[in-house]
Amino acid sequence: MTTRIRLCHLYPDQLNIYADRGNIAVLRSRAERRGYELGMIGVGVGEPLAPECDLIYLGGGQDREQALIAPDLARRTEEISAALEDGAALLAVCGGYQLLGRGYRDRTGVEMPGAGVLPLETVAGEGRMIGDVSIECELDPGEMLTVVGFENHGGRTLLDSGAVPLGRVVHGFGNDGESGFEGCRLGKAIGTYLHGPLLPRNPWLADWLLGQALARTVGEPPELEKLDDELEYQAHAVALGRARERGGKFR
Amino acid sequence: MRIPLVISTLVARSAGAGSRLSRKGGGTTLPGRVLNALDPGASARLARRLEQGSAIISATNGKTTSAAMTAAILASRYRLAGNPAGANLSSGVATALLHTRGAELGLFEVDEAALPRVAEALEPRALCLGNLFRDQLDRYGELEMLAERWRGVVAGLAVGSTLIVNEDDPQLAQLARGRAGVIRFGIEDARHGGPLPHAADARYCSACGVAYDYRLAYVGHLGEYSCPGCGFERSKPDIWAEAITLEGLTGSSFQLHLPQETLSVRLGLPGLYNVYNALAAAALGHALGARADEIAGGLESTEAAFGRSERIAIGEKELLLLLIKNPTGANEVVRTIVASGTPKTLVIALNDGIADGQDVSWIWDVDFEPLLDGLERLIASGGRAAELALRFKYAGFPESQIELVPSPAEALDRGLELTEEGGELVVCPTYTAMLELQKVLAARGHADLYWQRAARAREESGLPRSPK
Repeated sequence: MTTRIRLCHLYPDQLNIYADRGNIAVLRSRAERRGYELGMIGVGVGEPLAPECDLIYLGGGQDREQALIAPDLARRTEEISAALEDGAALLAVCGGYQLLGRGYRDRTGVEMPGAGVLPLETVAGEGRMIGDVSIECELDPGEMLTVVGFENHGGRTLLDSGAVPLGRVVHGFGNDGESGFEGCRLGKAIGTYLHGPLLPRNPWLADWLLGQALARTVGEPPELEKLDDELEYQAHAVALGRARERGGKFR
Repeated sequence: MRIPLVISTLVARSAGAGSRLSRKGGGTTLPGRVLNALDPGASARLARRLEQGSAIISATNGKTTSAAMTAAILASRYRLAGNPAGANLSSGVATALLHTRGAELGLFEVDEAALPRVAEALEPRALCLGNLFRDQLDRYGELEMLAERWRGVVAGLAVGSTLIVNEDDPQLAQLARGRAGVIRFGIEDARHGGPLPHAADARYCSACGVAYDYRLAYVGHLGEYSCPGCGFERSKPDIWAEAITLEGLTGSSFQLHLPQETLSVRLGLPGLYNVYNALAAAALGHALGARADEIAGGLESTEAAFGRSERIAIGEKELLLLLIKNPTGANEVVRTIVASGTPKTLVIALNDGIADGQDVSWIWDVDFEPLLDGLERLIASGGRAAELALRFKYAGFPESQIELVPSPAEALDRGLELTEEGGELVVCPTYTAMLELQKVLAARGHADLYWQRAARAREESGLPRSPK
């Protein structure tokens, strides 16, 4: 019997700019090529997360769409935390990342509540942080990986003290343009501003997520068969070059 | 002290001549940049010299084509000043205004983000808003912010000026509600409608936030909508197209309903998106006093604007250039290609310059999938060729049928090599890749450079050439 990975995509109708379906297509293809089936379950406002969920995905949205789903997401603190405790992995990008924190405070001081699952909060700042980014991260101990993407956010995300970033910024702004941190990592949950989309040009991150998702049922992340990633490496190299040449920075 | 207009225009014009002489460019924006820097109020004063005033077209997609159509409609009626080379920022409009001697009416296509500034300077007698799609988010910001700025532009329009909106775009229909002197246009032909595509933008009512009910969508989110929350809905347009027949990559025909009469129109430009461009031009032409026969004649005589479904003969082969720049525009290009039979070879060139959008994630929101059935070889080109190749790979297209040729010029040659004699090669470049191809084609004597065309367009419109 083939193992099935259950992927819950939260708010597919509202949070899907920045090519989130590219991330999903990569997860699906890389799972299927290793003989695992990927079952995608869209979860809309008011609908419960599917039970036995292996991987949760939250994408980015424009302000209007984010405002539409924020109250619903804010009510999911217990539900998402329980899924993570049960061993689910999670990837949240851009808006989804911000709203998994405690909330987003805009420039007039109005607070949009978040789910409070990740140890961080986001405040609006002067000017958007837009551009190519490269970061270095250590998903498994001793294994340094470069992850490249594109960021476009007005919010400054501040990690709580002791919280773990996804990685250190090499080129670009990252969470707030100052701390040198990018994203947040909480066990098997990852939040990040990097899109582009994120996974096609960083296939090792896709495989790490698949491994963590599979580990929920089989205990340990299984060894995943190597794939021909020549095109992925090339796209990664070009994006890394862009981050080096023109990654965002405050002058 | 203000610099006298005669001095600032003289300095600015000589900057343009210098730019052409140094072969750095066609001088379609530099004189305007100089003029704006010397005297920020100069554009407004130059615009006031146009005795028939000015008209503006703005939209995410199709503004160059609909401006060209409107110019053709109005050519026999007015001597026009305009920016046919597509230099549509404030500097391009200022440059065009420097060439207004003898012109009666200004007709400008204006970049959607530049619209507030340009509309303030020109105080247009007619403003035509064609559509608002999600475009380069890194450059324009979010759609809602742009819509908000357009709301300000509409609020600032003079009482007597005419607002023309695409009623099929709910964001634009909202902008026009409650205003007098509005002309609405749209499509009334359910046979060409379908479900809302993945890349659709206006899913939620801008008044109350509830998801629209879309009875059908024609292009992106353009279609027949109603809001179950507040009751806002599409109303019957004043000018519309029906009985539309799409003729693959060659054109279309339809019945054009004007307020007083109905006429048959045959367009030489393909796709439903060009029907929308024609409707925008017809509505604007109508607002500016054109008769029905002038409207039909102008629409039928319009040829492809720079790189927008433009055909170029190369020996025994033909090249078809289809610009792609955002999800909705690219989806329509795909739909048009597929409708006339998917070619065996396709060149797509993805650049990531500022004018293309540095964030290439938009290609993942394009529905390229319909091309996969029939396509034998993809030549992935441009600075982000590998990214484009990945888009096709993860859509299920075999990697062995993808060639990476980053240089657009070399990709063109490779594509032509794979095209049989008498055959046609379809090339879909992003904006700066299009410019690269244009240069190569001009150097080989196959096509004119865009500023040479602009100069010719000025001559044809009966305007004097800019001073040497």
